[in-house]
Amino acid sequence: MADAEKIIEIEVLRYRPEQDKEPVLQTYKVPFTDDMSVLQGLQYIKDYLDGTVSFRWSCRMAICGSCGMMIEGKPKLSCKTFLREYYPQGLRVEALAHLPIERDLVVDAADFVAKLERIKPYIIPKEARTLEQGEYLQTPQQRDMYEQFSSCINCMLCYAACPQYGLNPKFTGPGVLALLHRYNADSRDGGQDERMKLGYADEGFWGCTAVGYCSEVCPKGVDPANAINQNKMNSAINYFTRFVTPGRADK
Amino acid sequence: MSNRRPYVRSMDGWWKRDAYFIRYMAREVTAVFVAAYAIVLLFGLVRLAQGEAAFNGWLQYLKTPWMLVFHLIVLGTFVYHTWSWFNIMPKTMPIMFVGGKRVQPGTITGSGIAAAVVACLAVLLIVKGMHP
Repeated sequence: MADAEKIIEIEVLRYRPEQDKEPVLQTYKVPFTDDMSVLQGLQYIKDYLDGTVSFRWSCRMAICGSCGMMIEGKPKLSCKTFLREYYPQGLRVEALAHLPIERDLVVDAADFVAKLERIKPYIIPKEARTLEQGEYLQTPQQRDMYEQFSSCINCMLCYAACPQYGLNPKFTGPGVLALLHRYNADSRDGGQDERMKLGYADEGFWGCTAVGYCSEVCPKGVDPANAINQNKMNSAINYFTRFVTPGRADK
Repeated sequence: MSNRRPYVRSMDGWWKRDAYFIRYMAREVTAVFVAAYAIVLLFGLVRLAQGEAAFNGWLQYLKTPWMLVFHLIVLGTFVYHTWSWFNIMPKTMPIMFVGGKRVQPGTITGSGIAAAVVACLAVLLIVKGMHP
């Protein structure tokens, strides 16, 4: 039997660059059932109440990383958050914090994508192998060194949780640094030197002050704060060994 | 021509936005109390170098009501500092394995707090031993 229909108020932070000087709130009354996500609530608004509301989504199952937004001030995936949690008081949805608003709930992700490309988020083989030599083997423990960091879906919730990124957008930020570590920590990878130049830079690991909220909000359990902070030790060792290692003053 | 006009929101008062940020700021502020107490102890060292009378004067000063209140506040902030420091410690360490199993964050935090408690008790016992 279908649930009795309830109505919830969804406040959406609107921003239409052609008409709004700054973002404004608009409230919609949405009928919902207990199994409806916040994303489905927004889809109801777009389909039946106001077709001009813009937001990103794709998979509806927390794997594409498109539908991240601030829900009652917390960075969350709207497909993984249910309307019933906010009934009867209602909820406010806003574009992800710390990122420029392109339109309504859509943020400008260009900075994130550029940073992601820079860290070379792919395996750079340590040794060239021919097909005859077979696959690159890895022990379960070697896999455990990077596996959790490889769960990142580039949803940018950690950027919305990172005040250091909000205060200084030059900071590479949690997600990209976690992916930098994901490839560096892979026993098959040989690209550490290239990536660490970015990690050791002012915009790298040291931009993090271990707030730790990135790891709290991550919908995939990546723990970016751990990926970043364990590299501060590597960075410090790298800095001091330059004085005692001949021929590597450049690093 | 592009109609793009990305809107950048202000960061004013960011730390009041979320209870998590308030706890973070509280953790950072406790470091100021740690530094303040280090100065008090350093001052004691200076007085010790100036002779017995000077050092005893400093000890007497520590017993004034204001200094007792200061010590109570510092004790409170130290407890929070210690807890919050060990709480974030698992995030600052490389992934560790013991007997093929990953060491859980709670174990790292718990061991750190236990070590701090043992160290405090050891210092207390040593001081007590010197002043029976």
